[in-house]
Amino acid sequence: MSGAFTPVIPGSADASLPSPTTLKQVPLSGGPANPSAAALGTQFGPVVKRVEVVRGETTVYVEGAKLLDVVQWLHDDPGQRYDYLSDVTAVEYRDPERALQVVWHLRSLPRRRFLRLKVEIATGAPLEVPSVWSVYRGADWLERECYDMFGIRFAGHPDLRRILMWEQYREGFPLRKDFPLRGRFSRSEQLRQALSVNPEARYSMEELSVVQAFEDLPADMRQRLLRGERTGE
Amino acid sequence: MGLTARPAGTGAGRNLGAPDASSHDSWVATRLDFLVNWSRAGSLWPMPFGTACCAIEFMATAASRFDLARFGMERMSFSPRQADVLICAGRVPFKLAPVLRRIWQQMPQPKWCISMGACASSGGMFDNYAVVQGIDTIIPVDVYVPGCPPRPEGLMYGILMLQEKVKRERMSDTSLRNEMDPDPSSGLYIPAQAIDELSEPFGNSVHQTRSGL
Ligand code: SF4
Repeated sequence: MSGAFTPVIPGSADASLPSPTTLKQVPLSGGPANPSAAALGTQFGPVVKRVEVVRGETTVYVEGAKLLDVVQWLHDDPGQRYDYLSDVTAVEYRDPERALQVVWHLRSLPRRRFLRLKVEIATGAPLEVPSVWSVYRGADWLERECYDMFGIRFAGHPDLRRILMWEQYREGFPLRKDFPLRGRFSRSEQLRQALSVNPEARYSMEELSVVQAFEDLPADMRQRLLRGERTGE
Repeated sequence: MGLTARPAGTGAGRNLGAPDASSHDSWVATRLDFLVNWSRAGSLWPMPFGTACCAIEFMATAASRFDLARFGMERMSFSPRQADVLICAGRVPFKLAPVLRRIWQQMPQPKWCISMGACASSGGMFDNYAVVQGIDTIIPVDVYVPGCPPRPEGLMYGILMLQEKVKRERMSDTSLRNEMDPDPSSGLYIPAQAIDELSEPFGNSVHQTRSGL
């Protein structure tokens, strides 16, 4: 986290900017790019691999290793001020030759800009990208979801575990292209595993509120947490 | 299908007909049955387990136009401990399966279950990795209401059918009130093989099992 928190006051956006309107007659591709793309190019040089404009939205492909620097700069630089991370997700193409892409959607409320960052992970390379949790705390659950569905590891994330599927889910990463729609196990096995989870043992020590409330928990739950037991297998 | 694991010697299954000549219940018992069943059927308290779009239709059923209160169900019981009938409205993902099972176990006898909509009854269109293929693989179901979603009239018809069923119960048939204990090793009520067979892919979904890679 950088510096003091500067709240965005309505009407405080750069007065020279046009008010937001619905875009009309936007070309499918091409057109003016977000000025942040050019600024990134001058600031980071070869880290920026290419810039695409699709339907008026700018996508900047950057080098994975430098992603955190790029995001930090976009967040801090007074000319950019991307103060809102609206999504972290990934795209895998059906063509196995095509690289898997990790996508970040950034929005700058003061500058009224939207920027999409992409990192390409070539086939066979380890699925790992830097976590932007240190810049945007909101990335916590977004990255956990991305990890849960695609198996992409976010280096530097404080608590990277599954969020949608239960923690003992063993079938893999459901949104990957090699994942069969019905899952890998038979229906009865899936049901057996799901039912073996104890619905009341949802907590793990990582959950801050539980750590704080630890002394107030019932003795048996304290014991369970101390043994490091997770979702009650 | 052998959903109910009945103790041996409790007779030839559930008697759905009115107390008939072959039963040896006395006149007093049948009258008492009538009174108990009449009051039970007239004041079923539903536990709404609404997980998806069907729950919206369930709310419409409970609201003033269709008015579930006419059938003695005006009080939604959001605590399973005070509920008589669990209405599962919507799809149940595997992550929710132990929760549904636990809620069912927390409901006191006598209890019944209505599976509302295609998803709750069979998984519906969600033949995928995340959705339970019919809640009857987790808990016993009394009435299935088809539809996606069922219209309020459909749900009410299901409720009336359940009331019919309640009115025909006999207190002397203790097997009706057996808690069904799942197989301790697997946690399943019905044999694993039966579950696999019931949730075989059908129609288009046969092709969806392959990943294309
Ligand atoms: S049956 Fe249809 S309406 Fe009901 S939960 Fe499923 S998809 Fe929704």
